[in-house]
Amino acid sequence: MTEQNDKILLAHGGGGRLMAELIAKTIGPAVYGKMPQVLADAAGVNIDGREILFTTDSFVVKPLFFPGGDIGRLSICGTVNDLAVCGAKPIVMSLALIIEEGFAVSDLEKILHSIGKTVKEADVAIVTGDTKVVEKGAADGIFINTAGIGIPKKGIALGFDRIEPGDVILINGTIGDHGMTVMSQRQELTIQSPLQSDCACLHKIIGLLLDQLGPKVKFMRDPTRGGIAAVTNEIVQSCGCGVELWEENLPVNPAVKAAADILGFDMLNIANEGKFIAVVSADAEQKALDILRNHPLGKKAARIGTVGPKQPHSLVELVTSIGGRRIVQMPYGIELPRIC
Amino acid sequence: MCLAVPARIVEMNGDQAVADTMGNRWHIRTTLTPEVKLGDIVLVHAGYAIAKVDEEEARKTWELFEQIADMEAQQQRAQGGEDAT
Amino acid sequence: MRLDAIQSAREQIENACAKIGRPVGVMEVCGTHTVALFRYGIRSLLPKNLKLLSGPGCPVCVTDQGYVDTVIELAQRTDCLIATYGDMIRVPGKATSLERLSLPNVRVVLSSDDAVSLAKNHPDKTIIFVAVGFETTTPATAVAMAQAEKLGLENFTALCGHKRVLPAMRALLSGRNDKIDAFLCPGHVSVILGSGAYEPIVKEFHRPCVVAGFEVEQILSGLAKICEQLAQNEFAVDSVYGLAVRPEGNRTAQQWIENYFELCDGPWRGLGRIPEGSLRIREKYAKFDAQKRFGIEQMPAEEPRGCLCGQVLCGLIEPNQCKLFGKKCTLDHPVGPCMVSTEGACAAWYKYQK
Repeated sequence: MTEQNDKILLAHGGGGRLMAELIAKTIGPAVYGKMPQVLADAAGVNIDGREILFTTDSFVVKPLFFPGGDIGRLSICGTVNDLAVCGAKPIVMSLALIIEEGFAVSDLEKILHSIGKTVKEADVAIVTGDTKVVEKGAADGIFINTAGIGIPKKGIALGFDRIEPGDVILINGTIGDHGMTVMSQRQELTIQSPLQSDCACLHKIIGLLLDQLGPKVKFMRDPTRGGIAAVTNEIVQSCGCGVELWEENLPVNPAVKAAADILGFDMLNIANEGKFIAVVSADAEQKALDILRNHPLGKKAARIGTVGPKQPHSLVELVTSIGGRRIVQMPYGIELPRIC
Repeated sequence: MCLAVPARIVEMNGDQAVADTMGNRWHIRTTLTPEVKLGDIVLVHAGYAIAKVDEEEARKTWELFEQIADMEAQQQRAQGGEDAT
Repeated sequence: MRLDAIQSAREQIENACAKIGRPVGVMEVCGTHTVALFRYGIRSLLPKNLKLLSGPGCPVCVTDQGYVDTVIELAQRTDCLIATYGDMIRVPGKATSLERLSLPNVRVVLSSDDAVSLAKNHPDKTIIFVAVGFETTTPATAVAMAQAEKLGLENFTALCGHKRVLPAMRALLSGRNDKIDAFLCPGHVSVILGSGAYEPIVKEFHRPCVVAGFEVEQILSGLAKICEQLAQNEFAVDSVYGLAVRPEGNRTAQQWIENYFELCDGPWRGLGRIPEGSLRIREKYAKFDAQKRFGIEQMPAEEPRGCLCGQVLCGLIEPNQCKLFGKKCTLDHPVGPCMVSTEGACAAWYKYQK
């Protein structure tokens, strides 16, 4: 059994262990020379004394249209959110389209309309872009890349190094909505599904939190591919503290849980596109939850866990609904639908 | 290897059926449970109903099913409300 | 979640185990139980003298390497489409796995029905349905063959890897592992076979056999019944899953299995030959038998050096007692099937246990 992968697997793009391995061993050394200590959702760049945040993301979701959104909306929200969780106000974006020959113009128009709407909602401007067309079969309908620049808010400092034992971990709402919606559509499993993606721009709700709590907000990240499991494992790996999550407190839409049960998925590993994790100091917990719950995108906000003491082999542990304990691993990369 | 999910049969045509769990609907077969009728609760494994189950007992045994039943009851009440207006 | 029912079951277990005094081993033979025990962290809530053993309950884990290599070989033919349940994709054969090959003609299906649809929609290809699983899943393959017949599909075949749980339980108790004091019986296999199927085991080996479903309350009340039997020095068949399991089981499903399959002594990965532990497609339906269609002789391959999946599957050692565990054999680079399968004991241990 060969140990080294000589081919890229789907799992390498899944936001989990295999992707982390690819970045650390292959991409990172080639691109960065010396790997940066930490890879955040957006990079801080100093240009002539002015600090800006810069990020990019590519969108290859399938199907292109799903309840609650489409690839267009996702391409704006994704990049806006990457800037927002790093404490930046998104200002400008680029938009690059790679379109497959034969793609319906009406579908392209729908996607562009969606982009336009979301851009207005996010209060950002698309200032540059690119369009390419490739032969039939060379792209799955359409791939989109967006990049964004934002200005960091004053008076906040977010990072793994700020996380301390005793801090609490909050989320603004139900988990797994986006991933399960897309999964159930793609599998053509469901003829009818009540599921909706939670795809949304989070910069305004995050802005409220940062404005009112300032440095009491220590760290934020949006749990996209790899879900809560990936984010909490990144926290543990980067700051050395353990994390304890409580299953009872995880906000879940029962229909989403049912879909996960049908397909055999673990909710903690499923992508979210309208949610963010915030690590805040314990004394700010109640105020933070009040702020979130007062916003339409935070009605089901909850404390889902706490940060534990620094340990040599820190782990993410879940206290199960019956009081048992188990580990939450960094996900592999793709959830294999489990039948058996 | 026995992942199975409780669901209600909402459509039937011979041994082809549509199962519903919390509003998620999907195609299954009732070939292995010929006694099943429209509206029955079944246990579904790998696309086949493998057992018909008693609804009351289902509520007691399956947490998910209790939630399904609650949700269905809520929907019925909402329906009732709409019909009344 | 009925916390009071769970609390009550836990108390029963505590009291019974205190009465028993000595260490007791309860084996589960169902992958779903393996995972549930870990996911809910049930072990951490049980008395010290109650040991839960993970048995060969994961059909992916016990599928011999020869079968996997056969699938991999067939997957490389351009005139075939492989239809498989997701679990099999990552299982390592001698040199590689379906996942690593990433071939376009391998399709993950959720139902044998989907495999038949593939045959219908691709008349130019031969579909090979990777038919693994215990009695819960075996009837589905039979129905698929009947469907293919009905639709007049000449291009549907199944590579039969179905196995039977009872012969494995029998083999375990007949000398493989003397630390098994009772069985927690698989919920959904029992839906098909019926709780009565375990009577011969109880009669011959004098061990409690209790059927439980997959929810945590079910598992705990099943364990409670087992512990109480052991405390009273009794042994009987019992069930806490009356909702779905009848003593006689699902006769329709049993008939489907009987009609389409016959018993044979197949190899179980890690356990060797289990008498009457496997099934093969009856001669009458030879046209659907991929082994006959492609003239395949399946040879069980040697286990990778150092791989102790066999001992893990018999509950003789815990995953972390295998020298390869966590070092050469990890979730990302699995050596043996127990690490690959989402329900394998090693995978569950690696994922959920410190």
